[in-house]
Amino acid sequence: MPPEASNPPLIELRGIVKAYPGCLANDHIDLTVAAGEIHALLGENGAGKSTLVKIVAGVIVPDAGEIRWQGDAVTIDGPAAARRLGIGMVFQHFTLFESLTVTENVALGAGAEGRDRKALAARIAALAGRYGLAVDPHRHVHHLAVGERQRVEILRCLLEAPRLIVLDEPTSVLTPQETETLFATLRMLAAEGRSILFISHKLDEVRALCQRATVLRAGKRVGECDPRTESAAGLARMMVGAEVAPARRGAPRAPGGEMLRLDRLDLAPADPYGIALRGIELSVRAGEIVGIAGVAGNGQSELLAAITGERAAPDHAVRIAGVPAGGRSPAYRRKLGLAVIPEERLGRGVVAELSLAENAVLTAAGQGLVAGGLVRSRAAADYAGKVIERFGVIARGSDAEADSLSGGNMQKFILGREMLQNPKLLVAAHPTWGVDVGASAEIHRALVALRDAGAAILIVSEDLDELLAISDRVGAICRGRLSPVVAAEEAGRERLGQWMSGLFAAGAEADAA
Amino acid sequence: MRLKLEARTEAARWVAFVTPLLAAVLTLVSGIILFAALGYDPGRALNSFFIKPVENVYGLTELAVKATPLLLCALGLAVGFRGGVWNIGAEGQLTVGAIAAGGLALAFNGEEPGWLLPAMVVAGAAGGALWAAVPAFLRVRFNTNEILTSLMLSYVALQFLGYLVHGPWRDPQGFNFPQTRDFGAGATIPLLMEGTRLHIGTLLAALAVPAAWLLLDKSYLGFQIRVAGLAPGAAAYAGYPAGRIVWVGFIAGGAMAGLAGMMEAAGPIGKLQPVISPGYGFAAIIVAFLGRLNAVGILFASLLVALLYLGGETAQIDLKLPPAVTGVFQGLLLFFLLGSDFLARYRLKFERRAAA
Repeated sequence: MPPEASNPPLIELRGIVKAYPGCLANDHIDLTVAAGEIHALLGENGAGKSTLVKIVAGVIVPDAGEIRWQGDAVTIDGPAAARRLGIGMVFQHFTLFESLTVTENVALGAGAEGRDRKALAARIAALAGRYGLAVDPHRHVHHLAVGERQRVEILRCLLEAPRLIVLDEPTSVLTPQETETLFATLRMLAAEGRSILFISHKLDEVRALCQRATVLRAGKRVGECDPRTESAAGLARMMVGAEVAPARRGAPRAPGGEMLRLDRLDLAPADPYGIALRGIELSVRAGEIVGIAGVAGNGQSELLAAITGERAAPDHAVRIAGVPAGGRSPAYRRKLGLAVIPEERLGRGVVAELSLAENAVLTAAGQGLVAGGLVRSRAAADYAGKVIERFGVIARGSDAEADSLSGGNMQKFILGREMLQNPKLLVAAHPTWGVDVGASAEIHRALVALRDAGAAILIVSEDLDELLAISDRVGAICRGRLSPVVAAEEAGRERLGQWMSGLFAAGAEADAA
Repeated sequence: MRLKLEARTEAARWVAFVTPLLAAVLTLVSGIILFAALGYDPGRALNSFFIKPVENVYGLTELAVKATPLLLCALGLAVGFRGGVWNIGAEGQLTVGAIAAGGLALAFNGEEPGWLLPAMVVAGAAGGALWAAVPAFLRVRFNTNEILTSLMLSYVALQFLGYLVHGPWRDPQGFNFPQTRDFGAGATIPLLMEGTRLHIGTLLAALAVPAAWLLLDKSYLGFQIRVAGLAPGAAAYAGYPAGRIVWVGFIAGGAMAGLAGMMEAAGPIGKLQPVISPGYGFAAIIVAFLGRLNAVGILFASLLVALLYLGGETAQIDLKLPPAVTGVFQGLLLFFLLGSDFLARYRLKFERRAAA
């Protein structure tokens, strides 16, 4: 129960409606947050959480509905109006300038009081001390790890002394240990009487932190509950609207031949603020799934680019199915049996404006979809049709444009297109990122089935639960270095979390700063 | 209130048919107002713009003569534009094509061997491609903005042509006119129809339409170009080398423009002079987009723009319309066409600043 039930709630949203072409993002949503309450907004990707949060922050204007602030009807017609009311927002994607210091970044948004840098730096340091948000105000942002950058965002928000703090998926970039620290800070803020709106789809976190939860599904509010008294399964049922069967990895098979071998792989960063790969050693055998954990921006993209051939490395550093291929083209590697599920779906995995049949040609051209320099459109349509049928892709047909598919179906299409090529080695980046729970489970089952059919699979993901659920062996990447890779049972969340923050081989830390 | 653009979710079929009609009606109405306001008879003006130029066979052949270079240039440019390669320098590539072919014609003036004309075709295409290779190289090697380099090289080419016809290549018996000797019969493109200027180059341009269609819409290379233009990330993921697409786009555009230049010099003009093209290379950019970068669409667009060229001239002669007025009218037509095409894909929405 909120402490002051008799007073009007801090913020109250009634009947909020926001429509986009072809989709009703918010359909008459009600939301009430009391003072001093940590309130969860729970829902799958695409449930309408981000839209609702942007309405609260004044970034978008609702089509209909009423917003009351401490009992008074208000109009939040811009981010400045939200700030005046006392609403602070910490975005999912950081909005800091890499080449500026922490103080300079904060000064940009602070208006007149930002002019006295020394005083501002002192205020930042004081706030940081009070809430346990260790940050050096004089450091340049590009030196900061992702967790530190988030602290800067929170500090920037706290400088405005907000009454309501909105955090959009704040833990998606944190290690388990960093998440605990964040929660301690948030509890401290709530104890001061500030309200917190915490957006997440991770049930365990919501149950550990929040006093109340509003659950959204497909743009509608489906219920409100006290997450501390609900089971994770019960919350999942509310979120998804159906029972979800988790993927079962099953007994590992005897691994076969080495399908991927990285040998002392070094790679210079692609841009000044990028990450360099240093001395990566990795082996993936036929019939096993190897998972690589890590906080975003620790060299995952560089590692994937070196394996897929988008970046060139010395030939001997990357062996695919035994063949040195570090300097070879993506097409050559594909012929060796490599298939790739890229990080971004739209604009990389598929071309939004092209049909599914045309998108099949993108990587499956070698499956008889091209002959004599011409695209065989019939064969391409057949191939896309097979993917749609075998992988349960919900689409109008093989002539549907790729961006008419939902995120989960798009991912199933990409997965199917790669799997139907019978790869010897499949490399998947964040295979279930932004995919709803039901589709995630299907994707996991498909990956396990491919492994059982004898393929080697490498998965790079930020989702520890996913990695521990389906990987046979796991490791973590931090600042361009790879931790030891051990059996999933042996690793455990705790140890993997430490590896994600760089605590593995001695010496790895020494020159990282 | 604020105005917002919104992509139409389902491109309604009827919109695609209605918008060209709407553009035609709007052009006619605004044309009538424009001509009437300036004191010209709108009926006569529109007649001399759209009807008179194509009333007889000669008019139709002139239409084809004008459409030929536009069609060639626009087909070549479409290859690049589809791949996100912005070659704005077709005018210069056309000019260099004319210079290369013209140089060959002048070298053999008076004793033209049978292989001369085919060699001029090759030289024209190669000259245009060579000129286009400069911005292609700069883009691939140094990531230079190809819009700027290709455009600036156009003016270099025009100045170079001016130097040649004023200086070393000037006709000694030409009363000091800045032009070369007339090309010999063996260096001139044969006519299709006596008494007109229609030449067999027009047939070649017509053959280029199915060829471009095959390349753009059916071939694997065309597919790769399209992917590179729509989503460079997907092209990198699929392993299509980005540099190769830039090269293909520029070489195709340059070779086709060079071919157009050769045909102008060795066709209707029959010599080199300071102005080979009244802006065909630039107009071809409009033609390419008017035809939606589609080979058949470009064919129709090139005919329409050629008609605008002819109509503008006819109106200037018949009604003594100032060139500025014909220019404004041509601009109106293109504005309405491209505008309605845009609105077929997007809708305007008025949005209230804040909901209650």
